Amino acid sequence: MIVKLLSGDTPRSPVLAVILLAILVALAFAPFLFPGVRSVDTAARICIFIVLVASYDLMLGYGGIVSFAHTMFFGMGAYGVALASTHMGRGFDAVAVGALSGALLAAAIAFLIGLFSLRVRAIFFAMITLAVASAVAVLVSQLSGLTGGEDGLSFQTPRALTPAFRFGDELFGVRLNGRLLAYYLIFGVSLILFLLMLRVVNSPFGRVLQAIRENDFRAEAIGYRVVGYRVTVTCLSAFIAALAGALYAIWLRYVGPDTVLSFDIMVDILLMVVIGGMGTMYGAVIGAALLVLAQNYLQALMGMAAGAVAGLPVLPELMNADRWLLWLGVLFVLSIYFFPTGIVGRLRQRRQGRAAQGR
Amino acid sequence: MSRVILETHDLTVRFGGHVAVDAVTCAFRAGELTAIVGPNGAGKTTYFNLISGQIPVSAGRVVLNGRDITRDSVAHRTRAGIGRAFQLTNLFPNLSVLENVRLVIQSKAGLGYRLLSMASGHSEVTDKAVAILDRVRLYEKRAQLVSELSHGDQRKLEVALLIALDPAVYMFDEPTAGMSVDEAPVVLDLIADLKAQKDRTILLVEHKMDVIARLADRIIVLHNGALAADGDPAEVIASDVVQEAYMGKELTDV
Ligand SMILES: Nc1ncnc2c1ncn2[C@@H]1O[C@H](COP(=O)(O)OP(=O)(O)OP(=O)(O)O)[C@@H](O)[C@H]1O
Ligand SMILES: [Mg+2]
Repeated sequence: MIVKLLSGDTPRSPVLAVILLAILVALAFAPFLFPGVRSVDTAARICIFIVLVASYDLMLGYGGIVSFAHTMFFGMGAYGVALASTHMGRGFDAVAVGALSGALLAAAIAFLIGLFSLRVRAIFFAMITLAVASAVAVLVSQLSGLTGGEDGLSFQTPRALTPAFRFGDELFGVRLNGRLLAYYLIFGVSLILFLLMLRVVNSPFGRVLQAIRENDFRAEAIGYRVVGYRVTVTCLSAFIAALAGALYAIWLRYVGPDTVLSFDIMVDILLMVVIGGMGTMYGAVIGAALLVLAQNYLQALMGMAAGAVAGLPVLPELMNADRWLLWLGVLFVLSIYFFPTGIVGRLRQRRQGRAAQGR
Repeated sequence: MSRVILETHDLTVRFGGHVAVDAVTCAFRAGELTAIVGPNGAGKTTYFNLISGQIPVSAGRVVLNGRDITRDSVAHRTRAGIGRAFQLTNLFPNLSVLENVRLVIQSKAGLGYRLLSMASGHSEVTDKAVAILDRVRLYEKRAQLVSELSHGDQRKLEVALLIALDPAVYMFDEPTAGMSVDEAPVVLDLIADLKAQKDRTILLVEHKMDVIARLADRIIVLHNGALAADGDPAEVIASDVVQEAYMGKELTDV
């Protein structure tokens, strides 16, 4: 049953299995295990980024396609929900219409970019996505009448997802309100989308993607039209990224260029997929969990460390909370150096190494 | 005579000023095994590349079953019945031996765009792939990564992929090059089996004259990209063109 849910793609490493299970349990019970606005917010972000990064891995790790427009697709879903909720009035129908039209628009744009550029060379695609993503970001901040410009849009989500909505008193000390429902909506949808992507990479289509990544020349010579597969995976990836964006908008009840379209998010996605391990799907889970946690808690942690080494020379300066980005960079370089195949790749390798010794 | 399956008309390609294939007009029939010979750099592999579409033509046409396929994509031609095994081994190195063959069967079955079924659930694909690995004597190694295989086994797998594809036109480009004496017969027997199927058109680039004598119904000679001779194996080998252009050098290293 579990193997089937995972599409036969088990973690293949006991350590990895334990880590993944821990993340799943932590996210599934986050509101109860870690009560507090900040920690639940972190958990929701992790869920959303797992989907976003996994959708990127679908394209990069499986399709071998480098894109810089993933944040743009993410933003389209987010703005879709915001605009629909603003113009149709709050409600689940507005959320559904917004999410779906954002996702379809994302897929359509991915299709156009893909059709024009993936025929040529993969690097051309990367350049075009960069150009289109920058253009769209500028457009969104210019069209302030529609998009709220730099200020973005605050909007109302369905009543049932707001803190004001109560459906009971308390359970294990946690208030049973719409915010809790919103969290579980995000958790549930994220889980379904992740399992769906896991299925896709283990489907016949997923096998073709791997073949193309390995040797596109030969894939074509056994009858697979490479461009068709690349365009398809790009559209699918964009569609799911937009759905992740829709979830983000639902959670924040706000969209703005800095929050959902900025290039920083693109960099985060790249870091997460590389640190977690490309072409593994599970890498997205680990990368997203690790980086979102680091971004949210590294500053606090360093503040504490700075306090601890207060009397010493230089160290407090290095531990200054403002230096957290530096440390994130160090973390990144170290992880690339020690785990070039990502954390997941590394954990699986160790297992294989042992198996080989046992033979 | 049997039906013409594949024709090339004035097929030409120029790389810069160099004419690598020079107005080659030739027809290949069902059930016929044609050996293509010529010295190194004669344009044999390039001729194949033009037929299967890896390189666009400068001039001329490729016709399959009466239909012009000169502008079709490689994948399109493959599905239309042109299959290729490469001179330089060209596989999916980080996938298992079985997965390499499965990919071909899956392509033939038209399953490539199934997104929601599990690949491993298509047991008919796996079964066929296993049967082919059995034929090329790679069954024992099915779980290994291709990159871990010996050169000889990689060559066998290269041939296995073509057999899995089972096209109307088989193109082998020096299939036994670099294989040991006990490995080569496995591949040659497979080609002989294919030939016994009667309706397959087989093109075989080969240097070894004993192999040609055993398998070929016909020989064509390419020299500097042009068709220099075409006919019955015994006659062509004895002819002056071949003696001059080709013998001496290649024959001694058999
Ligand atoms: N893509 C290419 N670009 C430029 N020149 C090429 C290209 N492909 C082949 N050539 C040239 O065309 C000529 C024919 O090469 P080809 O590989 O077809 O010879 P061949 O008959 O297969 O030789 P061999 O017996 O060594 O395999 C050679 O001079 C080669 O250098
Ligand atoms: Mg050659």
